[in-house]
Amino acid sequence: MTELRADLEIIKNWITPGSRVLDLGCGDGALLAALRDERQVDGYGLEIDSENIIQCVRRGVSVIQCDLDAGLPDFDTQSFDYVIMTQTLQAVNYPDLLLKEMLRVGREGIVTLPNFGYWRHRLQLGLLGRMPKSNTLPADWYDTANIHLCTLDDFERLCDKQNIAILERLVVDHAHQARAGVTFFPNLLGEIAIYRCQRGAAS
Amino acid sequence: MYDPSASDSVGIVTPRNEAFEESLALASGQSIAGFSLRFETYGELNAERSNALLICHALSGDHHAAGYHSESDRKPGWWDSAIGPGKPFDTNRFFIVCPNNLGGCKGSTGPASVNPATGLNYGPDFPIVTVRDWVKSQKMLMERLGIQRWAAVIGGSLGGMQALQWSIDYPDLLDHALVIAAAPRLSAQNIGFNEVARQAILSDPDFHGGRFYERDVVPRRGLMLARMLGHITYLSDDAMRAKFGRELREGRINYSFDVEFQVESYLRYQGVSFVDRFDANTYLLMTKALDYFDPAAEAGGDLAEALRATRCEFFLAAFTSDWRFSPARSREIVKALTEAGRKVTYAEVEASQGHDAFLMPITYYFEVLRAYMERVARGVGV
Repeated sequence: MTELRADLEIIKNWITPGSRVLDLGCGDGALLAALRDERQVDGYGLEIDSENIIQCVRRGVSVIQCDLDAGLPDFDTQSFDYVIMTQTLQAVNYPDLLLKEMLRVGREGIVTLPNFGYWRHRLQLGLLGRMPKSNTLPADWYDTANIHLCTLDDFERLCDKQNIAILERLVVDHAHQARAGVTFFPNLLGEIAIYRCQRGAAS
Repeated sequence: MYDPSASDSVGIVTPRNEAFEESLALASGQSIAGFSLRFETYGELNAERSNALLICHALSGDHHAAGYHSESDRKPGWWDSAIGPGKPFDTNRFFIVCPNNLGGCKGSTGPASVNPATGLNYGPDFPIVTVRDWVKSQKMLMERLGIQRWAAVIGGSLGGMQALQWSIDYPDLLDHALVIAAAPRLSAQNIGFNEVARQAILSDPDFHGGRFYERDVVPRRGLMLARMLGHITYLSDDAMRAKFGRELREGRINYSFDVEFQVESYLRYQGVSFVDRFDANTYLLMTKALDYFDPAAEAGGDLAEALRATRCEFFLAAFTSDWRFSPARSREIVKALTEAGRKVTYAEVEASQGHDAFLMPITYYFEVLRAYMERVARGVGV
């Protein structure tokens, strides 16, 4: 069995065993398979890509082929304990709407994002005048799935605007290590952020 | 054409019959005393009897799902693309059973059979059967064949409805249900099309209230019209455009009501050839079974509640250009299954062929089917 991607490993440890999980953009189903095997979670994955669907079927996870840009109309309000988006939000047409949908359907949301404000990205854009490429953003600008990149500050401002409370945040480098310094300048030194959030108290 | 060297074909197959003396109580309140089911099997039942699949047919299908009946057969069974050695329903691993439904016209007891009580063909006296009745009769066949559990029950369209009904009625007798291009119940539009088809048959002067056998006639026009109408709903607008466009048979408009457009010629051919292989009373029965299918009804209209009784895992597939049972209809089932907390896989297949796509070897469709069947096989250790 191949090792779980480091951010998925972190998320797995955040999930209460036996809970109900929906994974938006579940890819090849690795996280759901790990949650099933190690957290007694029989979750559902939503995925648009046919190759990924086949991988999910091979892993024996429940996967539903659909387009996240249509929202989550087939899922009832507060019907899942967790709704997860790993490296998904930046690839959809309406990230703000999907974020809302995520916390309508889930009691808690878990989101991982590549940080566009990472210093190397800033250097490439600010000094070299080129669209950044890195370990977390390996694709060229013209063939990337990431159409709505943001910095950690941007994401947190959107959460604020939508009255979303961030319960936990882990900012790591591309090897998913929380290095010294990252804690103090996350938006500059962090490459990837993992958030756990929920709807804020009614204002 | 039959090709004896084809390594992925089940080859020449011979249908079998099982007769049941016992009376079968039907959903309508009527019962049928003594009936027989015709069916075919492909592959071998293993020693553990764990590798059996049930394949349920759709409206105009039958027990002949794969292979050829004789070397001179032009066409193989209706799902030959998917059934055979190395195919998604792999006969090297699975033992596959495909019966002709009760009320059918291909060898199982139906309206054209002789009613032992009268010595005449049943005709209109054949009781109306429902999807649940079929499932019940398939369970009797299952017991007769010594199968304790299906590794999977599989069907497309009306066949998919039977697979879904199996999961509800006999939750402990199947591991997986594959429900393809189906719907949880018919829409008013679906029922409307069925009603027009029925009226075409019922109003044919040769129908004689369903007792046409005794007069040695067949309601050809009515059955032909029913099939022509049905056929339009099986194809997509795009598929018809691609296949026929507005192409004229003679290259010019004749200002007549004869066949002018290619599509008219095609539909008439489909209609005429159907009359030779199908029974009008069976067509009426099948469309009624479709109309009545509504597993949610018994749970107060709540499909999720109806599906809470199920135990098996589900695979659903729908095709983007299918407007008869569109992907939205399959998603209704998926939604109910997730609400009920059941394991479910749903594949939405890009296809231009309309409802008929479920019979076609579309690359992605077959890949995902194959991957799912690998899982079914692993589950029973074959």
